[in-house]
Amino acid sequence: MLHVKEKRLDAHNSGEFKNRITRLIEEGNINLIIDLGDVSFIDSSGLGALLSGYKNVNSHQGSLILSSLQSQVQSLFELTRLHRVFTIYPSLEEAMSNT
Amino acid sequence: MGQDIQVNIIVPNQTQYLSLIGGIGEKIAKEINEYEGDRDALAFNINLALTEAMMNAIKHANSDGPDETVEVRIHIEEDELCIRVYDQGQGFDLDAVPVPDLNHPTEGGLGIFFIRSFMDVVRYEIIEGGNNVLEMRKRLV
Repeated sequence: MLHVKEKRLDAHNSGEFKNRITRLIEEGNINLIIDLGDVSFIDSSGLGALLSGYKNVNSHQGSLILSSLQSQVQSLFELTRLHRVFTIYPSLEEAMSNT
Repeated sequence: MGQDIQVNIIVPNQTQYLSLIGGIGEKIAKEINEYEGDRDALAFNINLALTEAMMNAIKHANSDGPDETVEVRIHIEEDELCIRVYDQGQGFDLDAVPVPDLNHPTEGGLGIFFIRSFMDVVRYEIIEGGNNVLEMRKRLV
């Protein structure tokens, strides 16, 4: 489980975030839950980092699940149709009990 | 609208200032008196448009000048919020930026899509020997 403690996921920190996901996968964690409950803002590069992680775990037959999206962040997933790509749970508890 | 708000900001051409610029836009959006739509959504969308526009200026327009600056002007004009982001690079062709295929998502290419989605008028003007400008307008009524 990866809890993102940043309020903003943008082009300033998305590269580091992407690297963190890559390292987790390389260490054998191919079934990831990423909790975005603290993230009130995300931009195109933040979404790109998540999509990169999703494609990476898929290539290892793993899964990447998201939880606790704030309403504006959820709206952005819907605008880009990424809510159809990711499995998203309203809370971390629900994400953990369904995996 | 009876509100005369104008903010001009110049910051170094670095991603650490994305949060500052986006946050200023978000705060101004929350101060607009007569906006009757979803204020939280407007604030988020202005933050996003500014963040993407500034990143665009950093990445594409000022790429060969890390010591350059980005200038942002935010102005409420009549019933519009007008944002101009100036860069000193060689510029780019806004009309040539493709619309992303949302059924086959890729890691990049959403920045201008977000700006076009949330702003009513978007144009980019290359100014010979001077500041290029990305202008974004949002109707408030």
